[in-house]
Amino acid sequence: MTPPANPVSCDVAIIGAGIVGCAIARQLTLDGLRVVVLEKALDVLDGASKGNSAILHTGFDAPPGSLEQRCMAAGYRDYFDVAAELGLPILRSGAMVLAWTEEQLAALPDLIAKAHDNGVTDVTPLTRKQIVSREPNLSDAVLGGFEIPGEYLIDPWATAHAYLLQALSNGARLMRGTEVLSGRFDQSWLLETSQGEIKAGHVVNCAGLYGDIVDQRLLGHKSFAIRPRKGQFIVFDKAASDLVSATILPVPTETTKGVVICRTIFGNVLVGPTAEEQDSRTDAATDRQTLLALKSKGVAMLPGLERCEITAAYAGLRPASEHKDYQIRHHDKQACVTVGAIRSTGLSAALGIARHVATLLGIASRPLDAPRTIRADRLSDYHRRDWQEPDHGGIVCHCELVTRREIEQVLDGPMPPATLQGLKRRTRVTMGRCQGFYCTAELAEITEERLQRTIGCDHER
Amino acid sequence: MSDESCAVAVVGGGTAGLSLARELMRREVGPVVVLEREAEAGGIPRHCGHYPFGLREYNRLLKGPDYARRNRDAAARAGAEIRTSTTVTGLLPGGRLEVSGPSGPAVLAAKRVVLCTGVRESTRAQRLIGGDRPLGVVSTGALQGAVYLKGIRPFHRPVIFGSELVSFSALQTCAHLGITPLAMVEEEPRIFARRLFQPYLWLKRLPLYTGISQPRIKGAGRVEVLNFIDRHGANRTIETDGIIISGRFRPEAALLHRSHIEVDPGTGGPVVDQFGRCSDPAYFSAGNLVRPAETSGWCWFEGVAVAEHVAEDLAAAGKARTVPLFTREPRIRFIAPQRLRLVHADSSDSVIYIGLETSIDATLSARCADRVLWSAPLRGRPRRRLTVPLEPILKAAPDGPVELTLQD
Repeated sequence: MTPPANPVSCDVAIIGAGIVGCAIARQLTLDGLRVVVLEKALDVLDGASKGNSAILHTGFDAPPGSLEQRCMAAGYRDYFDVAAELGLPILRSGAMVLAWTEEQLAALPDLIAKAHDNGVTDVTPLTRKQIVSREPNLSDAVLGGFEIPGEYLIDPWATAHAYLLQALSNGARLMRGTEVLSGRFDQSWLLETSQGEIKAGHVVNCAGLYGDIVDQRLLGHKSFAIRPRKGQFIVFDKAASDLVSATILPVPTETTKGVVICRTIFGNVLVGPTAEEQDSRTDAATDRQTLLALKSKGVAMLPGLERCEITAAYAGLRPASEHKDYQIRHHDKQACVTVGAIRSTGLSAALGIARHVATLLGIASRPLDAPRTIRADRLSDYHRRDWQEPDHGGIVCHCELVTRREIEQVLDGPMPPATLQGLKRRTRVTMGRCQGFYCTAELAEITEERLQRTIGCDHER
Repeated sequence: MSDESCAVAVVGGGTAGLSLARELMRREVGPVVVLEREAEAGGIPRHCGHYPFGLREYNRLLKGPDYARRNRDAAARAGAEIRTSTTVTGLLPGGRLEVSGPSGPAVLAAKRVVLCTGVRESTRAQRLIGGDRPLGVVSTGALQGAVYLKGIRPFHRPVIFGSELVSFSALQTCAHLGITPLAMVEEEPRIFARRLFQPYLWLKRLPLYTGISQPRIKGAGRVEVLNFIDRHGANRTIETDGIIISGRFRPEAALLHRSHIEVDPGTGGPVVDQFGRCSDPAYFSAGNLVRPAETSGWCWFEGVAVAEHVAEDLAAAGKARTVPLFTREPRIRFIAPQRLRLVHADSSDSVIYIGLETSIDATLSARCADRVLWSAPLRGRPRRRLTVPLEPILKAAPDGPVELTLQD
């Protein structure tokens, strides 16, 4: 990538192409603003948005009256229309909060009342008998619970990609491998980046795990400190999805929702996350002891998992802070909005956050009359896939049934991946049970000289 | 649109599938179609660019790719249709297959289907190897595919994780690339294929670490470091740019798990009788899918044997009583077959294949209710070939479920 000759100029510079940055880019572009998205990494979704539990939450358990709760409620409402417009797959799974101890059982009525306070009025208690009849594979140690019928499974990556792709197709610009180093504000912003200077009327800091650092660089101070919280997950093979239908949530504690068992829209079953406070903003390493402990937690709730094959293990980093709530601040004298500490609910809340940020910015704008729309990646195991259509050119990834046509379209598309990780998120290649045993060679050939970081080590760009 | 049909559809064109297809054509059962999802049939030997293959099958010492070509040519010459880049996406009762080829989805109706989908190595996740997830962590299969089929080199100085026969194959692939691995690491207290490795360990001074624990991979973009605790409890760090995760074969049985066909929890493959017949009698199975994992030569002969049974079954599908063959012995990881068909056919070549959890030196007995049908001393180690003959057990005329037990 060569730096542009003249300073790039825009109405709004969005720093960070995670789920939140992508949603804000879409919102502001559709509002008629000229947007540039600056991403430090080689590809989008490389930070906190890389690994989450892929659920559209109602926000039933968010602190009532919090900004997080309001953004989640708004984001949840908007998601259905946006998903329909962009062709994003959704699957209504419902969820159950289950109590496994007397203490947890005693906590249920308050949680139900809180859900009702949050406007999630269809939350209803379940008896032990009702739970077992709906989810017969659950351990019979379950004591009681309640259901949240409105929880959905979604594709976390296709969602963010679709937001950004719609922004790009309506005139926004994406600059990857572009780290914001410093900035000067004098009527407007002049940002110094690793790819040259950028002039922007306003700046939105959605730098996620680096949110406080970017604030420091731009504003000279920070109003919160990111405390990365690692969450390890185990992905079970698709056969496990026969064991459970609803998302199984524990009774939450102060710091975490606890270990969840849920299906994914890709047909797997997830068990996780852990909640491990750490200093590192990059260390997303898994470790065997933790994974074994996670597995046994999963097996304790859903004994059938014992026999299920593990497909993958990963960790995500949540950009938590010392505060309980989101830290969204408008520094109006400096035409800057910081969107910080979007801890684990960013996927559900992103559209709501985007609206909120647009309001905070308060730029006089004229929404596009007829915005262009795009078609999102269709990777749901519960919906029709490309391999079921004619002339797909052959299946390359056998575990996830990814066709050659899908891979070629992504590589030749408007936002081609820079890394194999990026290609995985866009197509699901090598994400299946064999983790690339069969298709690595084929993929290495298809992607040679088309990725910035290639599978073979002799042709790296 | 009416479905396409054939006499026998073979799912998977590896060693077992191809030898089976050839034998079926020799026996003139009618049209035989081999469905191969890769662009070329031949299976794993295709990317094992080293000796020794084909000694018993062709009386020649061949490299893997040449052996795969021979198997392919032999099946094609015999008249089997080998349909490549064609993925079977569903197994339906009675032998109907959902397939998806380059031109799209279709249905193929076969009188008999033989599942020969083989094995793959366990992944890093299945072995719970922790750490980051950088590029450069590959299975032997993926490495060999990249090297031998595409001429692509994933790293310059890898570490081999595992010490099985296939780990030796990984070593030879590295030699082909002109690189010597930095080390071989094994979590078990000793290496599996010691005799094969010994020359390497001595002559090439390949460092070997057995009994390691807490392996962790580190690296941002590509692999940078493998970290582990060695057998003496010392923390070891190897700076490397690749990890070959080798061995611990498991059946490639995803198709099976999604189907109506009964799966054996021990092998992870289909429940079969001594003829390879599955719980749906329109389906048979042969090769490594039935029990992980044997040599290509073994699979080749198994293909021939199952072809014979399929041909006989097509000629006259007799009804016969089958009884379970099972074990509750914790030291036995799996047995195959898991059903016995009580017929008076010649079973002199048939064996029970036993996979062990731990090394044993004991007496194996086959019992039916209170009656001991047969018993013999049994010695063996995990991940090594171990078989006992089926003939004497059948000769003793079991009339109910047969259990295998071990006595020290």
